[in-house]
Amino acid sequence: MVRALRNNVGFLYVLPALAFVGFFVLWPLLQLGYLSLTDTSLLGGGQFIGLENYIKAFEDKKFWQALGFTARYTVFITPLLMGLGFALALLTSPNRRLQQITRGIIFLPVVIGIGSSSLLWFWLFDQQVGLFNKFLVDIGLLAEPAVWFTKADMGLLAVTISITWKVIGFGMLLFVAGIQSINGEIGEAALIDGGNYWQRVWYIILPLSLRVILLTTLISVIGSMLAFDQFYIMTGGNPRGQTFTAVYSIYQSSFISFKLGYGAALSIILTAIILVFSSLQVILSNRSPSQ
Amino acid sequence: MTAIAEASTRSRVAEHVSRAAGESRPVRYIIAAVCIGVSTIMLAPLVLSFLASIKAPDEARASPPSYLPHSFSLESYAKVFEYQAGLWTYLSNSLLVAALTIVICLGLAVPAGYGLARFRMRFKELWFILLLAPLMIPYQALLIPLYLNFSKVGLANSHLGLAMVHAILQLPFSIYLMRNSFESIPRELEEAAKVDGSSSWQTLRSIFLPLAVPGIVTVALFAFIASWNEFLSALIFMNKETSFTVPIMLVSVRTGRLGSIDWGALQAGVILSILPCVLIYLLLQKYYVAGFLNGAVK
Repeated sequence: MVRALRNNVGFLYVLPALAFVGFFVLWPLLQLGYLSLTDTSLLGGGQFIGLENYIKAFEDKKFWQALGFTARYTVFITPLLMGLGFALALLTSPNRRLQQITRGIIFLPVVIGIGSSSLLWFWLFDQQVGLFNKFLVDIGLLAEPAVWFTKADMGLLAVTISITWKVIGFGMLLFVAGIQSINGEIGEAALIDGGNYWQRVWYIILPLSLRVILLTTLISVIGSMLAFDQFYIMTGGNPRGQTFTAVYSIYQSSFISFKLGYGAALSIILTAIILVFSSLQVILSNRSPSQ
Repeated sequence: MTAIAEASTRSRVAEHVSRAAGESRPVRYIIAAVCIGVSTIMLAPLVLSFLASIKAPDEARASPPSYLPHSFSLESYAKVFEYQAGLWTYLSNSLLVAALTIVICLGLAVPAGYGLARFRMRFKELWFILLLAPLMIPYQALLIPLYLNFSKVGLANSHLGLAMVHAILQLPFSIYLMRNSFESIPRELEEAAKVDGSSSWQTLRSIFLPLAVPGIVTVALFAFIASWNEFLSALIFMNKETSFTVPIMLVSVRTGRLGSIDWGALQAGVILSILPCVLIYLLLQKYYVAGFLNGAVK
């Protein structure tokens, strides 16, 4: 006994963390699966009803709309973040003083809470007092301050602008790390071969950043598929639930309409979708680093 | 972290390359102008919000708004401090949850990282994968069963319960980082301690912990910021107004009383809520960026 214990000293150190993950992640995940097969309400109770919740979810236009809206947000924002992030990384990757300061400033909003940044932009976009709205009028892009959050497309655009501001530094920094670790000797070789700046970007930096680009894309896709805070705070799902995201509709079903069982089924569906992307991410990050 | 150091020496080569590439003076000026332009765009929302927070409340709600304040007043801050249960209550709630999150994360990740880095054990790979599994599962989906379980044992609406949810978010990154910190410590130090006859626990305390301080700081830093900023679970779990965290309190400022929003107080609240994060980032940028790259890419 004592000897078995001594041989497993290492395991004793790992055990508390394993127990925590078991209690707070794996067990709840199993419970979630079971809940999704019941008609449990927020107040408790609940009967086993088989796959009824899933059938209901499949026929639920609102949930499909929320999933569709989430997908639209994702395909809208991800290329934007990647493109801008890569451009900003090219701009700021040389380690000169001005570039370093710019990099630090671009990254700053990443550390701010998404709640705070959404409230900040909620104010900036306001029709009466919003300074961004006023700015758009002052530079002639709008004839008069717009009402952003009562139309689905305008709301989506406003959220996209605010989130781009908030997370652009995230992608930029990953790309900077990628670029800085490749373009030394190879860049020099290209220089000797007589490549100009854009040729070096296109033929050397871009192909060698491919792994970082893919990884960042997946992180962005997973993040946007799980969007909630920004829409809760800025659009409130308006108009008529058209800006509900998947997480928003789970929140709405479970904690506003009290239908936990149904919310659990929606969560399982979303988890399955996310699992596909996160396994891709794990596979990609586990492959030996390209550099 | 060595990768980053290496990257910066290599990029000196890159710099040399771009200079030798005949980056002419006008090009350099254009690049500088773009850098300054981008920085201005990124800083503008924060600066405007700060300026709005120090306007007199009448001016803060004026339409059309002014970019620069014509008046200076701390009234909006005074108002947000008196809002509902008082901002001190919400700040201390947020601080308490963040502190508990840090304690839970370090309490679990330091031993786990030590165990994974320094001991042979059966099924080690399996344990490691299980510990990283939360990365694959969106915590948003776990909130329903967690809410039910916490209600049963009286952890719903409690700061400890919320901290546990926040710890779930940060634990995989924390364990990963601690394992790497412990792995990078040379083996000879451990051998010496063993010869002196100290137990693994003593070795951890006297030899490994002091050397793992950068990793510990990074874990604490990220746990603090994640917890301070987290929104959804605080929204769901905290039902009593007096136990709200800062982000949830701010949303109720936004909703306003009688449908009118106190814009000045809202911006004062926004500024106060981002201040700790910005200060931490400015003071500990090195740890932050290294930890960030470590967490994101691997």
